[in-house]
Amino acid sequence: MRLKNFAKALILTALTTPVLASSSDTNHSDTDHNEHTVSDQNEAVDTKEEIKSYIMHHLEDTYHFGIWDKAGISFPLPVILFDEGLHVFSSSNFADDHGHHDGIAESNGKHYKIDHAKIYRTDAEGTINYNKPFDFSITKNVMMIIITGLLMLLLFRSLGKSYAANGGISKGVGRFMEPIVLYVRDDIARPNIGEKKYKKYLPFLLTIFFFVWFLNIFGLTPLGVNVTGNIAVTFALALLVFLFTNFTGTKDYWMHLFNPLGNAMPWYGKAVLYIILIPIEILGIFIKPFSLMIRLYANMQAGHIVLMSLVGLIYIFGNMMGGSLSFLLAFAISLIEVLVALLQAYIFTMLAALYFGFAAEEHEHHDEAHAH
Amino acid sequence: MDKLLNDFSLGLFVWQTLLFLLLLFLLKKFAWKPILDAVDEREKSIESALKGAEEAERRMQALQADNEAAKKEAMIERDAIMKEARDTRDDIISDAKTAASEEGVKIIASAREEIEIQKKAAIAEIRTQVASLSLDIAEKVVRQNLSSDASQKELVNTLLNETKIN
Repeated sequence: MRLKNFAKALILTALTTPVLASSSDTNHSDTDHNEHTVSDQNEAVDTKEEIKSYIMHHLEDTYHFGIWDKAGISFPLPVILFDEGLHVFSSSNFADDHGHHDGIAESNGKHYKIDHAKIYRTDAEGTINYNKPFDFSITKNVMMIIITGLLMLLLFRSLGKSYAANGGISKGVGRFMEPIVLYVRDDIARPNIGEKKYKKYLPFLLTIFFFVWFLNIFGLTPLGVNVTGNIAVTFALALLVFLFTNFTGTKDYWMHLFNPLGNAMPWYGKAVLYIILIPIEILGIFIKPFSLMIRLYANMQAGHIVLMSLVGLIYIFGNMMGGSLSFLLAFAISLIEVLVALLQAYIFTMLAALYFGFAAEEHEHHDEAHAH
Repeated sequence: MDKLLNDFSLGLFVWQTLLFLLLLFLLKKFAWKPILDAVDEREKSIESALKGAEEAERRMQALQADNEAAKKEAMIERDAIMKEARDTRDDIISDAKTAASEEGVKIIASAREEIEIQKKAAIAEIRTQVASLSLDIAEKVVRQNLSSDASQKELVNTLLNETKIN
């Protein structure tokens, strides 16, 4: 059972890591970002630099909910800062007459400005002193998390209620989700964690699966959100997996970490090996959730970059041939992205279940000695 | 890496953690628990229904076997009863036969006795009749005074004829 799970993890890792390479594109954006403000005067985005900065801008979190920024259609969101006191004001305070959010906002005698998608304290003239306040604003991503959460609550609560109302058979829109819930239970939680303990981890796995999947799908809509492609979000999810794994770890789990050979070898033999083995095992505790964080972040980020680059190519080619070719490519990639959205949610849940399975393992110790 | 660290938003991280935990709590309470309970219950009821059907099938088979055994037993019993009845019938018939023949012999014997008695009675009566007839004849003969031989003979013949008719 354990070997099989390990092999599964290896395959999943191999399948998903190549996409990491493409995410290194992100590093180039810093130098190009300055052109952003110059060209942003309601004109078409059609040079290479403009497209690049537009993509980078899209990948970042924003303080307002832009539906169509170029046309100035956007909703302001609350900005919440801790900077020698609480500052709460609307993000529309940053907006200038053209709807660009690069003005100076004033709150309780302090001035703030958005630079590189972060709020900095400035003086009255707008000179940034690179003093970052603690920023707990309801940004676009936070807003999307709230919306997704509400959607999930409504959807699954109605599914949960429909059983009692309909004599044990689900009804309504939630019915579509029931097989997926059962799939997570029967094919992700049960085989990886084991019949005895899977119930403890199942709510977490279900929540994380649907949360990641829905946000991935929202990332593909024209709303232009990129929540699961944000490292802070994937870090939070991975951290929860890490904490949940290690706080529910059984005696066997820790024994496996610090005494993996058991009684298979005399102590002086183990001592030599353990100088190498134990640091690797301890490192493994952190690498596992770290890989979760990077995999989801990089895949979603890369997907958005590739997709938007292909759309951007249409404007760079500027002719029928290249334009239609780019369009077809973008169309094909967006279909693949729909699959990736589900796949990444599945992989995240699958691997989380696998790590929970390690934490929950309990087996006979003489078996352990033979197995290694 | 610098870019990654610079991009890391503490606020978003805090919101994400808090909101996710809140979502987990709410979903666990209001969604996953009722859904999984309902599905569990449904699965259990299906399982128990299947088991019940199996049990019913098994019981029916047992019942059928019981029926078969009862039928066989009944047949044997019927055969025994029939045999007994036949024996009884035969006994009764033979008993009746012997009784009847005995009775017959008795009846015949008594009939014979009766006949003998009747015969004796008849003979006795005939004797008295003959005696009275003879007396009558003698009387008549005496009364005729014995006028002639021929008339005497005639008279005797007539008298004898009369007697014969009687």
